[in-house]
Amino acid sequence: MGKTFHKPEALSDQPTHYCPGCTHGVIHRLVAEVIDELGIRDRTVGIAPVGCAVMAYNYFTCDFQEAAHGRAPAMATGMKRVRPDLMVFTYQGDGDLASIGMGEIVHAANRGEKFTTIFVNNAVYGMTGGQMAPTTMPNQRTTTSPFGRNVAEVGMPIKVAELLAALQTPAYITRQTVIKPKYILKAKKAIRKAFEYQQEGKCFSLVEVVSTCPTNWGMTPLEAVNWAETTMLPYYPLGDLKTPESVNGGTDAK
Amino acid sequence: MQSEVMFAGFGGQGILLSAKILAHAAMEQGYEVVWIPSYGPEMRGGTAYCMVVISDRPIGSPIIRNPAHLVAMNRPSLEKFAPAVKPGGVILINSSLISVGSGRTDVDEFIIPVNDMAIALGSVKSANIVALSAFVARSHMVDIHVLRECVKEEFSKKPKLLPLNMSAVDEGLKAAENKN
Amino acid sequence: MSKVLMKGNEAIGEAAIRAGCLNYFAYPITPQSEVAEYLSHRMPEVNGVFLQGESEVAVGYMIFGAAACGARVMTTSSSPGISLMSEALSYIACAQCPAVFVNIMRGGPGLGGILPSQGDYFQATKGGGHGDYRLLVLAPASVQEAVEMVMMAFPLAEKYRNPVMIMGDGLIGQMMEPVFFPDHLKTEQLNTDSWATSGMKIRGSNTRNLVKSLYLDPIQLNNHNLHLKAKYDRMKVEEIRFEPYNIESDYKVLIVSYGTMSRVCRTAIDNLKAEGLEVGMIRPQTLFPFPEATIRDAASKESCQTVISIEMSMGQMVEDVERSVRGRKPVEWYGKCGGEVPTPEEIMEVVHSFVKSARKEQN
Repeated sequence: MGKTFHKPEALSDQPTHYCPGCTHGVIHRLVAEVIDELGIRDRTVGIAPVGCAVMAYNYFTCDFQEAAHGRAPAMATGMKRVRPDLMVFTYQGDGDLASIGMGEIVHAANRGEKFTTIFVNNAVYGMTGGQMAPTTMPNQRTTTSPFGRNVAEVGMPIKVAELLAALQTPAYITRQTVIKPKYILKAKKAIRKAFEYQQEGKCFSLVEVVSTCPTNWGMTPLEAVNWAETTMLPYYPLGDLKTPESVNGGTDAK
Repeated sequence: MQSEVMFAGFGGQGILLSAKILAHAAMEQGYEVVWIPSYGPEMRGGTAYCMVVISDRPIGSPIIRNPAHLVAMNRPSLEKFAPAVKPGGVILINSSLISVGSGRTDVDEFIIPVNDMAIALGSVKSANIVALSAFVARSHMVDIHVLRECVKEEFSKKPKLLPLNMSAVDEGLKAAENKN
Repeated sequence: MSKVLMKGNEAIGEAAIRAGCLNYFAYPITPQSEVAEYLSHRMPEVNGVFLQGESEVAVGYMIFGAAACGARVMTTSSSPGISLMSEALSYIACAQCPAVFVNIMRGGPGLGGILPSQGDYFQATKGGGHGDYRLLVLAPASVQEAVEMVMMAFPLAEKYRNPVMIMGDGLIGQMMEPVFFPDHLKTEQLNTDSWATSGMKIRGSNTRNLVKSLYLDPIQLNNHNLHLKAKYDRMKVEEIRFEPYNIESDYKVLIVSYGTMSRVCRTAIDNLKAEGLEVGMIRPQTLFPFPEATIRDAASKESCQTVISIEMSMGQMVEDVERSVRGRKPVEWYGKCGGEVPTPEEIMEVVHSFVKSARKEQN
């Protein structure tokens, strides 16, 4: 009998700096497994964001670039345009992608750039210490919304997947989560599909992954998982929002 | 020896193009040459002007306060630039659109109805080439034969317009000869 | 070598292709949009990449991404656009990627105007973005020189793995002059295998490459900055370029001027010579590194009474001129920055007035 469980080749041996209960480690692993399965490690370039995953390059064993805050999709665009043969993915959080980098992600998606974005949505700025993000839930307390997110003042949380799915350019846009084992396999399938679309040169792809941040939410890991499930998932429903096969590039309501 | 001419008129009168053809002819003759457009919002429908400097040695300042010559295609251009022309230069006045003179007695005032001549040829669009040809024939800034070749080269990209503009060259030349 | 009559902006675009750069990203802004317009049809002809980005911010990072995976790449912009790209410039310099940025300067600050200016001297030479970095800055004074500098810029960027900036002004971009494209300036790209994120497969390597600018460890960051400084110091030894004018005469006044402004000064110097007043000029062709020693030596000449920095700005390069002259002679400044380029006559008056006041001081 061979080994049934091993560390993906695309992951390094370095222990991560992520907090206990954080889902970044799981998402890293899923991406690494997909890279291994597709056999593309030697032509893959990852782009790290500014945020908790700023040092993601320490945990992957493929080529890596590190972007300025929010600019990973622009870097990925530059790279895919001059080297379409490379497999390029950006790994971005909600502050990085949905706040300072909103312009770059919308335009990259709209141009149909053939790279893959892993968008980790944990409803808060992690690295800088729990400030309000564009995806912070209504009434959610953060260090810059101490009385809870007041939607009358700062608007409703941005549904990034829905927003990008509204663009007319064909794309693969999906929302997944990794907060419980039952969701993880589905999330991996989606990530694999996203990379496959890129491999076929078909379209831009984005996998939004609803995640937790026990540290900045002030919860235990278990409480965080439950809060994500009961508070975030109803607002951020899971499933494919759009596939390149959708008629007229429109959305697949599911 | 350095010489300069200011082409000026409305946007849409082909000012930049006639200046470019002159610059091209000068280059073909082995001169150093600079073509400097006015650029900016006034390009869109307002005054367009363009300076061509030619010289037998490297051109220093591309900014010329007092050009040797002026081709004025409309009245505001004449009023704006005529006082700046160096004594002895040519001031071509498009009398189809300009009812006044330059007010200068120390220049070679060359008054011809450029638009009317162009209309007679078939299209007012060729007015810029009529003016260019007449100006060159009058000022001898470049060789008229070289200019003719450059006009031909320019319009060979748009063969439909070629005959019109070649006759514009002839018409301008004729006008200059008649005035001599 | 046949010459063609070309607008500076178009010639800059063509020069990139002739140099072997087939990747261009840009955002439109007056007075340099013709570069993008030109390359939008030229790049497809040579199987190159042309992309109009959504903003100068994004374009800066498209350049970074493309450069980081080992491609030769260029962008062009004008002053406000360069401000937006300055963030990327800081990252690219820190991450040590070669790239060519062209700034066809317009008047500032703010939205300013669209006419020629040299108001971005500090931005280009002292670092428009954050942190300790330098750009190698080339300043052309003609369309021909713009062509040659663009072509030279790529091997220079690769030699130092650092962004190179071409500083033209609106006139360099907008005017037409006869140009030729010297074949000998076409270069092969230096091998990028040791650092570029080009994919391990293409490098035949099992070692991954990492392009980054984050150094959280203070000792590492200091060491990295020392490494960058060593490169900038090397530029100061190997890359200084300048052109002297009338410097063999016993000039009373030394002008330091660059780009379009220096051409106006050249005409003024010719006219002053005809009047019997000798004026010399040093025209820096590299703004960083700056020809300090040359200017100091030229200012030290016994006949020289005054040094004047003449620039289309409110006195930026003059600080480098002062630094170079080290108090040996008085350093003055003259400039304009609304977009109106001073005329030779104006420069002649300025020189005369400084000569007069120098005489008064002596008496």
